Order: sequence, then structure tokens, then C-alpha cells
Amino acid sequence: MSILSRIASNRLTMAGGVMVALLFAVAVLAPVISPYDPGAVNTQAILEAPSLAHPLGTDGIGRDVLSRMIYGARVSLMVGFVAVGIASLIGVLLGSTAGYFGGMIDAVIMRFVDVMLCFPSFFLILAVIAFLDASIWNIMVVIGLTSWMGVCRLVRAEFMALRSREFMLAAEGLGLPSLRIMLRHGLPNAMAPVFVAFILGVAGAILTESALSFLGIGVQPPDPSWGNILTEGKNTIEVAWWLSVCPGVAILLTVLAYNLLGEGLRDVLDPRLREG
Amino acid sequence: MLRLQINKTRPVSGHKMQGLVLAVALLALAGCKSGPGGNDAGPAADIDLSPATGDALLEGSIGDASNLIPMLAGDSSSHSVASLVFDPLLTYDRNQDQLEPRLASSWDVSEDGLEITFHLREDVRWQDGEPFTARDIEYGFKTITDPTTLTAYAEDYRQVSLFEVIDDFTFKVTYDKPFAPALASWNNLVVLPRHLLEGRDINSATDFARHPVGLGRYTLESWTAGTTISLRANHDYYRGRAYVERVVYRIIPDQQTQFLELKTGGLDMMGLTPLQYSRQTSSDAFKNNFARYKYLANSYTYLGYNLRNDLFKDQRVRRALTHAINKQEIVDAVLLGLGAPARVPYKPGTFWHNDSIEDLAFDPARSRQLLAEAGWSDSDDNGVLDREGKEFEFKILTNQGNDLRLKTATIIQRRFKEIGVKADVRVIEWSAFINDFVDKRAFDAVVLGWSLGLDPDQYDIWHSSKTSEKEFNFVSFADQEVDDLLDSARRSFDRQERKKAYDRFQEILVEQQPYTFLYVAESLPAVHRRFHGIEPAPAGIAYNFERWYVPAALQKHSLSPGG
Amino acid sequence: MIAYLSRRLLGLVPLLLGITLISFMVIHVAPGSPMDLLTDMNPDASPELRDRLAEHWGLDEPLPVQYAMWLKRVVVGDFGNSLSRDPRPVIDKVAEALPVTLVLNLMSLCLVMAAAIPIGVYSATHPYSRSDRVATVFVFLGFAMPTFWLALLCMMLFGVELAWLPVSGLQSLDYDSLGPWDKVLDRARHLVLPVSIAAITSLAGMSRYMRSSMLEVFRQDYVTTARAKGLSERVVVYRHALRNAMLPVITLLGLSVPGLIGGSVIFETIFAIPGMGRLFYNSVMGRDYTVVMGVLVIGAVLTLLGNLLADVSYAIADPRLRRR
Repeated sequence: MSILSRIASNRLTMAGGVMVALLFAVAVLAPVISPYDPGAVNTQAILEAPSLAHPLGTDGIGRDVLSRMIYGARVSLMVGFVAVGIASLIGVLLGSTAGYFGGMIDAVIMRFVDVMLCFPSFFLILAVIAFLDASIWNIMVVIGLTSWMGVCRLVRAEFMALRSREFMLAAEGLGLPSLRIMLRHGLPNAMAPVFVAFILGVAGAILTESALSFLGIGVQPPDPSWGNILTEGKNTIEVAWWLSVCPGVAILLTVLAYNLLGEGLRDVLDPRLREG
Repeated sequence: MLRLQINKTRPVSGHKMQGLVLAVALLALAGCKSGPGGNDAGPAADIDLSPATGDALLEGSIGDASNLIPMLAGDSSSHSVASLVFDPLLTYDRNQDQLEPRLASSWDVSEDGLEITFHLREDVRWQDGEPFTARDIEYGFKTITDPTTLTAYAEDYRQVSLFEVIDDFTFKVTYDKPFAPALASWNNLVVLPRHLLEGRDINSATDFARHPVGLGRYTLESWTAGTTISLRANHDYYRGRAYVERVVYRIIPDQQTQFLELKTGGLDMMGLTPLQYSRQTSSDAFKNNFARYKYLANSYTYLGYNLRNDLFKDQRVRRALTHAINKQEIVDAVLLGLGAPARVPYKPGTFWHNDSIEDLAFDPARSRQLLAEAGWSDSDDNGVLDREGKEFEFKILTNQGNDLRLKTATIIQRRFKEIGVKADVRVIEWSAFINDFVDKRAFDAVVLGWSLGLDPDQYDIWHSSKTSEKEFNFVSFADQEVDDLLDSARRSFDRQERKKAYDRFQEILVEQQPYTFLYVAESLPAVHRRFHGIEPAPAGIAYNFERWYVPAALQKHSLSPGG
Repeated sequence: MIAYLSRRLLGLVPLLLGITLISFMVIHVAPGSPMDLLTDMNPDASPELRDRLAEHWGLDEPLPVQYAMWLKRVVVGDFGNSLSRDPRPVIDKVAEALPVTLVLNLMSLCLVMAAAIPIGVYSATHPYSRSDRVATVFVFLGFAMPTFWLALLCMMLFGVELAWLPVSGLQSLDYDSLGPWDKVLDRARHLVLPVSIAAITSLAGMSRYMRSSMLEVFRQDYVTTARAKGLSERVVVYRHALRNAMLPVITLLGLSVPGLIGGSVIFETIFAIPGMGRLFYNSVMGRDYTVVMGVLVIGAVLTLLGNLLADVSYAIADPRLRRR
């Protein structure tokens, strides 16, 4: 069976995939589909319940929640992708280096991974965020810099396994330079698990951002993110349910969708499971 | 619980924890309500409502205390608890206007204002039974002025050139120059038991800092870090024991959790947010259980301009920006109407507030006109004013963790946009904010707050000599007349004379607009209805806490004897 | 075994050095200092106070000297005093917060294991069935829900609306006057919400891990052999497969040590629990260098030991590894 038809045959994976695609559409089309400017303050319409004018109500200074949710999708997805992109890049670079060369290089890199794993990741993020100011870019960089270790281990393991495979030995026997072997042959083989880790990582990064927002060190308002909308919603939960339910459900569904998609892809892409 | 009375303008710390703690302390600690016989008196009329001792008051606090030695404490939680354990020599009355005796029964100020003689009460004992004497104050004074003591409150005491103990219950202090805030500075900061502390390094006396022996209304019973601080009434208190037997501070960092605890009986008292006050506490169920109070807090929020920045050097520009801001709109939207617009750095309704000044009205047309006069026009038609090829754009900074300030900045941003001024709002963590922006003067404009002392002296904030790094005139305001007024007013004990100087000082501030003064918020404490004897006054509700009581029939917490 | 252990223990030393160096650099390079909260924007504080505080705390020395001094003290187990208005020893502050966090997290870990193993086994024995899918969605829902939102909703439902459980805190006000049985009950009532919410959010990871671990084992030869021998499916699953599938879980447990002692500041904030998460958060915000360093180092040491323990038990459980 082809990969696509295998994905299509798993309804949960499909559901996740469709939702992820939908979110992308929303994020890309934000300026077109959002009914208001997400920053437009209206002090005459504070905490208004959902209505025709404001389908998801308004927030504490009268901004349209639907528009903020739409733009928030942009921010949240961007945080997810860029952060995990950074993490994957670092992870792949270090992991493949360690896995390919082995020996001292491997030992040093893996000890560094051990060191990083010793810090509870939230501690690291918290410490770094407190020092850089909490702009969207810094949030992405920090989440990325503190979450590459898993990918690194994964890629290293794949490389170690590949090293002993025949085609790598053959390539080496032909005297091809090691960098080229790594890039041409090693990397593509390691990509499948990295891709799965990437998808799952995006979900994690979105959750991390919302947690940071709760502490007031996530994406800073007035820029909207689901996390900071939810945080305002937390304080108004008894007065304005829409302000916590909208971002809460959005985060819930998005994270769920990414996880279902990621898990499904793992089953499809993992050759060992394919035989099973 | 009670606010430390400090005689200077003090900051509203913007730091997340500290700021919130302070807000709660202010909210919780001062107040307004009708008398015990009024409509707050509780359900049935036939039960005995006469004062009785006993019961416990559970109060919510956002942060833990850190150090209960008043001169070493830095946060409002610590000062709140310490003010129950230690008493001042004298304190402002319920109107926050006149000083009244506490540990000092009387005092005399010499004709020239240079000498003050304090006569202490002779019936006061420390909670371990030792008598309280002038030697204790002498010890406190020596400790606070000792350069090795790590206190932030030494400045006022350094003005003293001579401290003399006349006898066990009398001492005299001499100043080189008359110093108007001097009297009120003799608060609980210098009240320490000499017999327990002399010869020790106060900075490292953590056993005393966590289990102090005081002489105030309450005795510390237990302190579980990060959870509860529990106090018991001091039955030998020299002004008569407090009725409420126990006060327990519950440390609950999240305000929403605090509110849920209040509703379920886990708390008896907390400071409400404007939203909680106006939208979540109007149900009959809540009103039957809790009395809500509101009164203007001793603090104000402002938009401060960096006067070293070319954008803001022109007074017309600053006036234009103030004209562009609708202060009432901010009060209505951010505080939900629970506050008042501010025009000067004094609390409306107090003696020092200059009521005769007309504030700059919300008037965008006037604003555009002033900016045009200053040379700003939209020559490239992009909606943003420019001059000599430079656009009128800048950043408004505020600190993390203060939702009200952020909302304020966002509303201002929109109003500025309407007159063609582009402002971005940025939120920065407190420590970085102060170090990288305020101290280095690397900011355009900030939304911040100052807390107001009861003495009108604001030398540190407005005098031109206070503009160097780490000092508090960080907007670099400099005006010769203001300097002279601030100088002369702090050297005079004549209220009318001082009032005249500060009135003129306020006129100049309104004219020059180094800050756009934005609003004074209201403190909004809620207290369980079983507590009687609360008498709201300008000082709030907590000033007479020892006179609060729960009638015997309404008492909720019985107490294990001696526990 | 002893050689193996001592080799591993020796290997920890450079790791620990690296950890302290990184922590030290990060925290000291950051803007601000512990003096800020005490002196900033406080008109009463004179500028000299800053200098005196810096001197008192040894912050006027160059950074390398400060690091050396700190290291020298830590080697003999002295983490110094907190650089705050509460200048007690760091170790005292950690000793207050650690037990709370540890107990809470261990309880929730037990709950997670108790739920995750059956869910994982069931999913693995019925892969891609309807119940596998329901279980998958269920565990992921728990994972996907922002913690503080879930916590708040539960507090409102169980604490306020139904009034079954206390809203926050760890014990009632009258705890000391309760009888022994009531004390246990009181504690338990306070722990129900935080422990189960912590468990729900981490159920997904463990149960999915269990599932894939089981699936992996099912493909092994010995399982096929066992089945071929005609052993009942029950015996195959529980006697052979589960035992082996548990091995990688041990490693995962070792890796979860930082989480166990780190605590969660979000969780502790919303439930008003004075644990390690809040201690660390407050000290970072106050630039309380010694406490930040102390928490990180103590955390790292426990984590490394946890990993070592996991490896050792793995080695004991899996004879193939013992020879290495």
C-alpha cells in the first residue's frame, strides 16, 4: 500500500490531517477572513457576549475575539513551526554528526545532550525567557533551543543503525567523502522519524506557549496568541466564558489533531511497524 | 494587614509578584463601610451583636512574606504582617491627615523645627514580658543608620544629627535643617527589642526575622513557608486586646483561585479586581455573605515621557499627547469605572491636592493643532505625522504582569493613532525593564505607577538633582521654580505655607506635562459580613482592625485552646 | 558491577561541572541583579545600598571569581544563603519545597502507571480497533488540554459548584486539631484534584509508549515461539510480552526525574502549592542567584542519579546488558 492510501485508511490520522490543513488555511487567510482588525479597541463594547456583530464576543477592551483567534492561529502556528524547526535543525545536525562519526565526537555531543536533559525543560525556558524579552521571535528561539535533544538522539540512533548497513559500507568503500555520504544517503533515511517528531513537537510547542502565557512570559499582548487570549479568559472565566472556551477549545483541537496526525504517520512511516 | 505608614512617595512596584502583592495589600488594608448597626449588620435582628472576642479572619495574599523585621522587609506582604506585630511611635489618623500617638504618648517640636522630643508610654511590654523603653528606640535608630545594615529606609533617619536618650521613656532627636517629613518618619521601622538583638548582626538574624517578638496587636503564631502565616491576638496589647483572636494569611498566588476560595469560605477577606467587583459580586448570594468596600487607593498611574528624547522636548507636543488621551474612557474601560482620572500626582479629595487646576481636556482637534504648531504634519499622507523626514513614532513600554497598565497602554495607542502618532506597545519583565530601559534612560515613554505617601514631599521624583542613574526623576524633568518650591516646602512645618508651594508645583506640572497623569484606581476589598466594627474612612478599613469583631453568635472558627 | 558503577559515577563529574557552568552563565548574563527588587524605584533606597548589597553578597567580584567561590562552597555541600530579603540557607528553602513536590508527583506517577499500563496493553493487543482509537483520543485529549484551564474548570466544578473538594492548598486550617484518621482524609481530599490533573496530562505519553513497546515485543521471535508452543494468549501477553515491554519504560521513568522534582510552576500557582516550581520561578524573577543555582544543581544531581538507577535496574533486569 502507498503511504497516502495507508494514511487515508486510518480515520483518526485523516481527521488530524484535515484539521491541520484547515488551520493552515485559516492562518494563511487571516487578513481575508478576519472580520475586524485584531487590535481594534472599542471601549464601548467591553466583554460583550457572542452576537451577530461579534460571533465570538469581545474581550476586556472591546476587541473582536474571532479576529484575535484567527490572527492568534497565525501566531500559535508560527511559534510551533519555527520553534520546532529550530529544534529539528539543531537536533539533526548534532545527531547526524554524533551518529556518523561516533567516538569522541559522539561522546561529547551525547554528554551535552545529557546535560541539557538534566535541566527540567521548563526551568530552562523560564530562565532564558526571563532574560530575553518576550517577543514572539525570542519565544520561538527559546522553545527551539531547549527542545532539540529528542530529535538529536533519534537521528543519532538512525545513523548508528545506518552505519552498519551495506550501502553505507559500500559508499565508504568507494571512497566517497563522509560529508557527502551523510547528506546523500544517511539523512534521507533518518528523515521519517524526524518528520514524525516534528509534527508531535509542534503540538508541544503550542502547549508550551500557552503555559508561558499563563505566567505572563509568553507572546506578549497586544499581539494575539491563543495562549494569551486564554490567560485573559482565565481571569474572566465566570463573566465571559467565550474568552476561555474559544482559545481553550482551539488549543485542545489543534494539539489533538497534530498528535493524531503524528501518531498515524509514525505507524505509516516506521518500516518495522509496517511489517507488523 | 495594616499598611506601613511611610512619609514619602513610594513606588507602586511593577514587578509581577511584588506589584500584585502590593495591590492586594493596599486593597485589603485600607477601606469603607457603614457602621455595625447599618444595612451590613447581617441577617437576623434579634441576635446579640455586641462585640465579642474570638474567631479568625482568613485573608488572601498573593505573595509570601519574606522578612518580618520592618527595616529589612521589602515587600508589602512582610510589611502587612509586621505592622500587626510592631507598632509605630505615631501614625496618621483615619483621615490620613493628622498624626496621632501610639508608642509615643506625646511629642514636642522646638520653635525652630530642629529638635523633636518624644515621650513614650510607660505601660508597654514586649511580647516576651520585657518592658519597652527609649533604649529600644535608640537601638533601632543606631541599627537603621548603621551603614552595614542592609535597609532601604535609612534616608530619613540620616537627617538626624543627634539622638539623645533623656530617660527610660524620653528621647530627643536633633536635625541640622528643618525637615518636614521628620515627625512621621518615626514609625515602626525603629521599634526593635534591644534585649534580644543587641550585639547580633541584624542582616543574618533570620530566626528573629521569621519569628519576631514584637509589641503590637498580634503575636506571630506560626509561619509555614509559602502557605500560611498565622497570628494570635496579643492579650496584653497596651491599647486593649484585639477582638478577633486569630488572623491567618493564606498565600494564594492566583487571583482567580483566591476568588474561588472566597466564595467557598476558604477566605474571609481579599482585594477584588475591578471585574470581580463590578460583575462577579453583585449576586444576592455574594452580597449576603460579603460586604464590599471601595475607596481611592494611595497611588496613581501615569504615562511618563523621556524628556531627553527629541520627540518630547517640546512642551506643546506633550500637551498635544495629553489632549489626545481620554482619561475617563480609560477609567471606564480598564477600571470599569472604579477609579478617577488623575491630573496631578496627589490623591483627589486630600488636603494637598490642588482642586483649582483645570486639566487638559480630551480634545483631538486641539491636539492636532498643537502638533502642527510644533512642526509636525503628514507630508507623505501615510497617516503618520512627520517632521524633517522623520515619522512621529515611538514605543510605549510597560512591565509584565500588570494587566491594567497593558490595557491602558493599548487604549492610548489607539487614541494616538487617531492624531497621526504611531506608538507601539511593548511589555518587558520588571528587572530587565528597570535595568535596560529605565536606568539607562533608553525608553521613549512608559506606563507606570507611583504609590503616594501621606507627606506631600516629592523631592526624589521631581527635583532636577535626582536625575542620575538609579535615581527616580528618570524622565529627567528639570525646572528651576519646581526645584525651589520642593526645597522650601520640605524645610517648613507650616501646613499653609507648604500647601501654597505644592499648589504652585502642581500648576507647573499640569502646564508642562512631563507625565500624562492618567488615573487613581479604587481599592476594592471584600470582607465577610460576620465581621463588625469596620468603619470606612479616607485611610481605608484596616486602620482600626483591632476594633473589628464577630458577635458571639456568628463566630465561625472555634479555636483549640493555646493551639 | 562495581567497576561499572564507579565508572558511571566518575562520568557524572564532568556532566555536573558542565551543568553548573551553563546555569551560572545564563543566570549572571541576564539583565538585572538581586538588588533590583529591593532598591529599584524605591525612593527611600539610596544608591549606596545597591553597592553595599552587592558587596555583602560578593557580587562585586569578577564573574570567574564568583563562580570559583561558589564552586568551592558547593563541593563541601554549602549552597550559600538566598540573595533576598529572606536570607536563609538555600538548602533550607529547597528542603521546604522539595517534599511537597516529590510526594505530589510520585502519587501522580503511580496513578499514571496504574492507568497507562492497562490502556497501553489493551491498545497493543487490539491495535487499530475501535477501542484502541477511543483510548487514543481519550489520552490525547488529556494531553492537549492546557493544564491551567483544566485545573480551573475542575476547581469550579468540584470545588465550587458541587463543593465536594477543597479549591486549593494542601490542608485545612484546622488540620492540627484533627484526629489521625481525619488528617489523612483531609490531606487526601486536598490532593485529589492536583494529583489527578497532573496524571491526566501525562497519561498520553506513558500509555502510547507502553503501546508501541508492546507492539515491538510482539514481533520478537520469542513471542512467536511462545505462541507456536501453543501457550495461551493470556500467558504470552502477561508472562512474556509485558515483562519485556516494561524494560524501556524503566528508562522513561529515569528520564522523568527532572519533572518529578522540578514541579510545575503553573500547577503550583493555580492550586496554591508551595513547591519547587514556585520556588524556582520566584527566584528567577528576583534574580536570586544562589537559589536558582541550588535548585538547578540539586535537580541535576537527582536526575543523573535517577538515570543511573534506571540504567542499573535495566542492567539487572536484562542479562544481555550485564556483561557489557
